[in-house]
Amino acid sequence: MKKVCLFDAVRTPRAKGKKDGSLHSIRPIELTATVLKALQKRNELETKYIDDVVLGCVTQVSEQGGCIAKSAALYAGYDESVSGVTLNRFCGSGLEAINRAACNILSGYFDLMIAGGVESMSRVPMGSDGGAWMIDPDVASKTSFVPQGISADLIASLAKYSRIDLDKFALRSHCLAADAEEDGRFKDSIIPIHDENGELILEKDEMIRRETSLEKLGSLKPAFLEMGTKYGFDSVALQKYPSLERIDHLHHAGNSSAIVDGAAAVLMGSAEIGKKLNLKTRGYIKSMALTSTEPTIMLTGPAPASKMALEKAGLTIEDIDVIEINEAFASVVLRFIDEMGCDPQKVNPNGGAIAMGHPLGATGAMILGTCLDELERQKKKYGLVTLCIGGGMGIATIIERAE
Amino acid sequence: MIKVDTDSQNIAVISFEVTDKPMNVVNEHFLNEFSDAIKGAISNQNTSGVIITSNRPEFIAGADLELITKIKDAKECYALTDRFHKLFRKLETSGIPFVAAINGTALGGGYEVALACHYRVALQSSKTKIGLPEVTLGLLPGGGGTQRLSRMLGLQNSLPFLLQGKTLSPEKALKAGLVDDIAQTKEEMISKAKAWIIENPKPTQPWDDKKFRLPGGEVQSPKGYQVLPAATAMLTEKTFGNFPAAKLILRCLYEGLQVPFDLSLKVEARHFAKAVLSKESRLMIRSLFYSMNECNKGAARPDVKVSPIKKVGILGAGMMGAGIAYSSAKAGIEVILKDISQETAEKGKAYSASLLDKAIEKGRATLEDKEKHLSLITPTCDPAAVKDCDLVIEAVIEDRDIKAAVTKETEAVTSENSIFASNTSTLPITGLAKASARPQNFIGLHFFSPVDKMPLVEIIMGEQSSPEALAACIDYTRQIKKTPIVVNDGRGFYTSRCFTTYIIEGICALTEGVNPSLIEMAGKAAGMPVGPLSIADEVSIDLIYHILKQTAEDLGEDQVEPNTYKVATKFVTELKRLGRKNKQGFYDYPEDGPKHLSPILSKLFPVKEDQPSLEHLKRRFLTIQTLETARCLEEKILTHPRDADIGSILGWGFPPYTGGSLSYVEWRGPHNFRTDCNELEEKYGPRFKAPRNITSLDESFYDD
Repeated sequence: MKKVCLFDAVRTPRAKGKKDGSLHSIRPIELTATVLKALQKRNELETKYIDDVVLGCVTQVSEQGGCIAKSAALYAGYDESVSGVTLNRFCGSGLEAINRAACNILSGYFDLMIAGGVESMSRVPMGSDGGAWMIDPDVASKTSFVPQGISADLIASLAKYSRIDLDKFALRSHCLAADAEEDGRFKDSIIPIHDENGELILEKDEMIRRETSLEKLGSLKPAFLEMGTKYGFDSVALQKYPSLERIDHLHHAGNSSAIVDGAAAVLMGSAEIGKKLNLKTRGYIKSMALTSTEPTIMLTGPAPASKMALEKAGLTIEDIDVIEINEAFASVVLRFIDEMGCDPQKVNPNGGAIAMGHPLGATGAMILGTCLDELERQKKKYGLVTLCIGGGMGIATIIERAE
Repeated sequence: MIKVDTDSQNIAVISFEVTDKPMNVVNEHFLNEFSDAIKGAISNQNTSGVIITSNRPEFIAGADLELITKIKDAKECYALTDRFHKLFRKLETSGIPFVAAINGTALGGGYEVALACHYRVALQSSKTKIGLPEVTLGLLPGGGGTQRLSRMLGLQNSLPFLLQGKTLSPEKALKAGLVDDIAQTKEEMISKAKAWIIENPKPTQPWDDKKFRLPGGEVQSPKGYQVLPAATAMLTEKTFGNFPAAKLILRCLYEGLQVPFDLSLKVEARHFAKAVLSKESRLMIRSLFYSMNECNKGAARPDVKVSPIKKVGILGAGMMGAGIAYSSAKAGIEVILKDISQETAEKGKAYSASLLDKAIEKGRATLEDKEKHLSLITPTCDPAAVKDCDLVIEAVIEDRDIKAAVTKETEAVTSENSIFASNTSTLPITGLAKASARPQNFIGLHFFSPVDKMPLVEIIMGEQSSPEALAACIDYTRQIKKTPIVVNDGRGFYTSRCFTTYIIEGICALTEGVNPSLIEMAGKAAGMPVGPLSIADEVSIDLIYHILKQTAEDLGEDQVEPNTYKVATKFVTELKRLGRKNKQGFYDYPEDGPKHLSPILSKLFPVKEDQPSLEHLKRRFLTIQTLETARCLEEKILTHPRDADIGSILGWGFPPYTGGSLSYVEWRGPHNFRTDCNELEEKYGPRFKAPRNITSLDESFYDD
């Protein structure tokens, strides 16, 4: 079988995804073009060799609509022969883009691909694309739709995680991210954002809170209490999980992933094209998996997906050196650790989305890059990247560092 | 039945006056005549406008349900709705102003006529109700009501009227936007309608305007995305998916509001047909409309002459007595409220005052009403004060000796013909009547708590109760605007006996190691108002204990479910957990938070590994109540299926979507029901054995 080589991975810094975020004035296509240009420049790439640009983007309306992957490739000055496709697998979109590109390469019909994702959550709000699952009463009631926050609280309630358990995990995310940031571990992969006159706008993730504490986190109000109790969603979830008397609303802005703007891109291809274009191979795609679980609890896909990916790779969880699981909500990670029985030390060693943010369509590609960087830093072999996804889906990819 | 008068300004006034029905209702005949009248008015080139009103007290009470119940398939249903749509479209796109002069109640199809008009003026009256209550019978507005009202008010604002079937007085309807203007007199209403016609010679409906935007935001907009998921979830929270019509209404809105108006009517028609053909609407219409009307009209009343109840004596001014006093006085009946001390009797009267104060606060009563109401209640401690009462209702504690004493005391002063009724909820009437010198005048009148809110009265015939006593009690129940059912004497009569099985089954499941949350959810998801453990706490565990103990003493230990009896005994005698009343039962009731299932339950009843499914438990809880109902019918405690169904829905909140505790067999299907019984009997024992009237049941307990 062909090998899928990872040549390079870059990302923008992540900025608060609100009107007062540093990247709010930056159009999503600029974020995307920034990472595309960076890949071209860093690898002295003749873009005509790129077969396709596959980008994840969840909210594909307004300026993120109309296949932003192709528009961004053109806007970034890529050769007009380069095509583009935008896909949506909710929060797994960025990793889905990687896996799709990997499959294209594995097929032998494609040689060089760019995969990544973009989401400007400050400019194109989450949920503004509607969708039958959430909006259509017949679909929503048949599938017992609840918003993700309710699912996260449901997971915590079922597993009896306490507010302190969740807050401690959130604090860990901030501390590790702050340490990693100070240590310069993200520097090589982050492409700072400048304005058109060359003035720096943002060069590092702006949501990391070194100064946060359990006290500060403890003072935050539950985010999904009203939604659950006033608008019927708790009842919808409990009708599906009747062994639970009530849902404890434990997640809040501080122990859930931050809403941010950002983009990421990964250059990948066959060994042959790498040789031909003199690209340095940093790692390989070892295996991948996709699954789906019960849609109301929704966020429990990472463990089964990871188990599938491990099996396909002929590995066990002990063989994995670095695990990057998206910190959509603290309970998602705690449940993943419980279910996998993995060493918590290996999980998100440089923090995660609780500290740095989760730009929906881009995150999967971002944390794949972070995983590769960390494997290189630790000089270790295997990394597992996984995300929970709307509708109950789970996605996982195992990568191997190139010696 | 439809009159058309044209005035000097060429304004045609179309007045409904249905003569072959007790009220103006939309039926075949009505549709034909109305259609002709509309065509006539439109085809006359001189017509400057049309006013639609009625010559009866009501505008139009709704569609004749026979029009709907006879529908056999979707095609027939489409043919019917198509007639409505064509007629209403003709009217609203005629270019001639149409005004609805809503002189009285306009409900369902009646209000849909008004919605098709360009303008609505309502006559102010406290008796008038306006709205679209179809959902309460498992239906939805089929004459474009879902599409017109939502386009008029916007998605969010139309929800309570469509999903809950909320109806309003003219004043409130004006505020909510259901009507455009109100008038104080009939003349003013007509002159306002005419004035509008003259000012608006060429009106179009908002939805026929090319620039029409849905008020409050389109379906596919941030507003729609905010409203719809919550509306769906709140509906699921409330209905547990048991009421198909409510969901179909939401679908009408979501799907209909995204397409042009004429197409939206087709969308509505599809969902309407589904609702019409659903078993839920069929069973709900039979019970909640036809059976309810029969009960309310006193269908069980023997054809004997009795004088009306003008004065009622109530013995015992506790919660029940005070409530009965309130409801009686509200109907203009003079009340003697007697208790052992003047002070307690006064307290009982004060209960009426407090209810009236609340009503005044809410604008539902005036100070005058209160004064008149209270003046009718005389509190006393004198047993002789009830001497000229036509009916004396005994509401003292459930103790045979005390009841016997007050019976004798009362009969010593009352007249030969006066009726003596006991409000006992458990003690057999025939036994209590032994204390009476006039057992033919002795009867049971079982009220439900709180009396002012609960609409049912269970009338219990003792062995010797006379037809005259029954007739008087039915008349009285109708006077106080409650719904009577008539049952024969027996332990727990009908309602208490069947309702108790729900609680017993819940406790029994708990003793088997079923997760208590699951038990509670199953009760609610089946459509019961609350879970069995919750209701056990509300009625109090000691009451359940006393009922079981009495039954065991009277009939033998093997006649009570042993596990439940054990639990009740332990909770009452050992743990002193009596329920909400002492703040500990199956639930804990902390001062500073909501009640929750007590952690003690997991110690007393360890949750077993293997749990039943929600579906299984739901079925178990409904089946046991239905079996007991069927046994009551077989034992002639009940004499008519109507009383069974109405008693179950109004008395203890049996889920209305099933048509009631007897109709549940039809909802489930007799064959399925028997299969359920067999399975449950095998698992839980002979209490699930189907009685003969179930095993031999063809289709329905009802004749037609």
